[in-house]
Amino acid sequence: MHELAVAESILKTAIQYAEKENASKVSDIYLQIGNLSSVVDDCIQFYWDILSKGTICEQAILHFERIPTRILCEDCGQEFILENELIPCPSCSGLNLKILSGEEFRMESIEIQREVE
Amino acid sequence: MKISKHVKIVENILSANDQIAQDNATQFRQYGITAINIMASPGAGKTSLILQTINKLTPDLGIAVIEGDTAPVTIDANLIATHGIPVVQINTGGDCHLDATMLRRGINQLSLDGIDLIIVENVGNLVCPAAFKLGTQLNIVVASMPEGDDKPYKYPAIYRGIDALILNKVDLKPHLAFDTDYFLRGLRALNPKVEYFEVSCKTGEGIDIWVNWLREQITSTKNKSKAT
Repeated sequence: MHELAVAESILKTAIQYAEKENASKVSDIYLQIGNLSSVVDDCIQFYWDILSKGTICEQAILHFERIPTRILCEDCGQEFILENELIPCPSCSGLNLKILSGEEFRMESIEIQREVE
Repeated sequence: MKISKHVKIVENILSANDQIAQDNATQFRQYGITAINIMASPGAGKTSLILQTINKLTPDLGIAVIEGDTAPVTIDANLIATHGIPVVQINTGGDCHLDATMLRRGINQLSLDGIDLIIVENVGNLVCPAAFKLGTQLNIVVASMPEGDDKPYKYPAIYRGIDALILNKVDLKPHLAFDTDYFLRGLRALNPKVEYFEVSCKTGEGIDIWVNWLREQITSTKNKSKAT
């Protein structure tokens, strides 16, 4: 459900940066989202299509780069990837874990168009 | 002619919320107020814990409560108001979480002089509140034994940034297959430094230990505020 708030925030930031660049249109938005962030891409897209209507971001494509949740087992040194749930280390069953990535929730960049003479 | 340009941003998607959370935190600091954000699934015992905490800390400390609810229900707010505590209710309008702007609206409705502790009761949900910083110094999850011992494994994000976890309804342990060790191992894997308390809001077991810890946090916030 919080995808609505996420979509609103993306729109606000994109418009703010686009206006600074005197853009006439935003064509692409690049997002990096770690898999530990509980948001559903399709759901953000759904709200995005509605919210961006009539703005310079209308029809801009959202690109979701999903960052896997990489875990380091501090007991045996094994690195592994979490899918959805937290699991113990697959080699030693330890739970002394360090999260190396997967918590990203960033807007990386936007592609804009600008009219020039 | 049209030209295209790639514009670097590299900002947290919710940076606008984070900024307002910072403003909230600054205001709490200025007034020497400790604010705590209480998160949990529905029915874990957030309101019961708040009531128990209020009972122990009044009248020596000034307390206010900000209640987040998805709809304009006043059950929790009324319960707290009967204890003579200032309470503000924020209706999120269907949103599944509180955000920093909503909390700001709540703070603005309170008179902050004489307040030592603001307790924020977030919307009952283990997913969405994790993403939205409020600016509270302490973020706490209330878990309860009947929910099961697998919650840290299923909802890892909410346990990551919290300062304390309070496991409620421990009086039900004889009736449940709750493996405390399994629960704790999952919790500590996600958050090695988290403070952990076992309580029963029904019998009062463990409440004093939690409240004493909270009292220490309140004293420390006050001392820091005086020092600046």
